Amino acid sequence: MRLINRTPSRPMAVALAALPFVAIAVAYSVSSEIRLAANPSDKLLPAPSTIWETAIRLFTQGDRRTGEILLWKDTLASLTRLFGGVGIAAALSLTLGMLIGLLPYARRLLSDFVAVLSMVPPLALLPILFIVFGLGETSKVVLIVIGITPFMTRDLSQRVLDIPHEQIVKAQTLGASSLVIALRVALPQILPRLISNIRLSLGSAWLFLIAAEAVASDVGLGYRIFLVRRYLAMDVILTYVVWITFLAFVIDWALKTLSRRAFPWMEAGL
Amino acid sequence: MSFVSVTDVWQRYGDRSILERVNVAVNEGEFISIVGASGCGKSTFLRMLLAEERPSRGEIRIDGGEPAVEPNRERGVVFQRYSVFPHLTVRQNIVAGEAFDTTWGALSGANRKAARERADALLKRIGLNHVADQYPASLSGGMQQRLAIGQAMTAKPRVLLLDEPFGALDPGTRLAMHVFLMELKAETNMTVFMVTHDLEEGFKLGDRVLVFDKPRWDPHDPGAYGATITYDFDAKDGGMPYQRILDNYPSLAPEAG
Ligand SMILES: Nc1ncnc2c1ncn2[C@@H]1O[C@H](COP(=O)(O)OP(=O)(O)OP(=O)(O)O)[C@@H](O)[C@H]1O
Ligand SMILES: [Mg+2]
Repeated sequence: MRLINRTPSRPMAVALAALPFVAIAVAYSVSSEIRLAANPSDKLLPAPSTIWETAIRLFTQGDRRTGEILLWKDTLASLTRLFGGVGIAAALSLTLGMLIGLLPYARRLLSDFVAVLSMVPPLALLPILFIVFGLGETSKVVLIVIGITPFMTRDLSQRVLDIPHEQIVKAQTLGASSLVIALRVALPQILPRLISNIRLSLGSAWLFLIAAEAVASDVGLGYRIFLVRRYLAMDVILTYVVWITFLAFVIDWALKTLSRRAFPWMEAGL
Repeated sequence: MSFVSVTDVWQRYGDRSILERVNVAVNEGEFISIVGASGCGKSTFLRMLLAEERPSRGEIRIDGGEPAVEPNRERGVVFQRYSVFPHLTVRQNIVAGEAFDTTWGALSGANRKAARERADALLKRIGLNHVADQYPASLSGGMQQRLAIGQAMTAKPRVLLLDEPFGALDPGTRLAMHVFLMELKAETNMTVFMVTHDLEEGFKLGDRVLVFDKPRWDPHDPGAYGATITYDFDAKDGGMPYQRILDNYPSLAPEAG
């Protein structure tokens, strides 16, 4: 049989999916063991048990001075910025995407502009944002917005344009105004696309968030990682990295579930 | 005065002539079948009837009104595909025929309830009541087209335009759709234009069959001349002419002489 026609059985599939994770864990444990055997005070690859203890301490024990648990405080600060930025970007790109996709005048006015804008490397704008908006929350949220809005707008406007023209004509023959076509024909059909768009953009959003926090902040997941880097606290960094990955995974999963629940018509044909 | 009057209509895209000198007058309640070679401009003609695009010359009037500049509720349409909204259930698709004509595109309260009841009655009439809560993607092709026709009828258009509505259906379903369409037409006395590639279908359903073709042909420049209506067949009474001559000229009857 051809390779492209061979599919793994169910247990085999599970084993294959787990394999890369297990491989990484084993490789890490072995290397850590080797380094610690040579030098017990080595900080580069702390033992898995050390990381585990650090993680428990980070999640449960408060700061010595204030009693606040820093990890939760960082998480709250970062998620607020992330959701703020992504939320604003989603609202903006949805509005712009619908305008560009539906109105020829808006399309002429904005589509080239958005295309050029999406070429600007957002991180290069970071210093400007700090100068204009100060070092507070605004500049970090704005960086996320600037970073992901152009791409999302381009994709959403294209999706609106992809709606079969027959549907738009049909709606007009039923008496629909431009507003009704936007609200009842275009919007419901691109909302699922908006969600998958957000899912795709979250990776970049995290990148911009951590970059902004690393440069100027006093709280946040990215800030903490770059702070403890000075002490070579690999156990803390690794805990934070795993935690961020976990958060990203949960958010992605939640969006995927939401999309499936909210748009049953997407799957009607399957 | 005819109901739909097409006067000296030309259409060109860039320097390509698609249609030229199209003239036709259609009475209210007539069923017009349109046939012709692929690419000769049948859909273009329908798009102009729909006011989706305007002719580069000439004009199309319905009931003596001003030529329309964009599609409206006077003209209903069913395409070969994509005529129903995939994100609305079957019932919602029918209700849309009434709801889309409002400011926000939705009905509320008693209006909504009444519209839903009317929709259910129509669905029963077109045999789709058992799938009222399903989405179009889960319907067969024939059911989708029946839904599309039902949806178009909800808006009570004065002219119904069908562009190869049954082109993607199997022969059996096609025959069922013919019966369905004839019943609907008998009930509503609507004026219908239907493009088809199936001559038999055209003659069976139509009162008249219009043939589009190019009367002039420049072998060095195929785009130079457009197509026009080259034949206008009377297809009433199974295509046999003079079946009703006595209605029009009773004096011709032998005993009347
Ligand atoms: N918007 C447009 N711009 C340029 N050319 C067009 C446009 N629309 C249609 N045409 C051209 O006009 C010609 C007629 O197209 P039309 O779709 O009306 O043909 P048709 O008779 O419906 O063909 P078919 O039987 O294949 O559906 C085609 O050659 C097509 O390429
Ligand atoms: Mg066509």
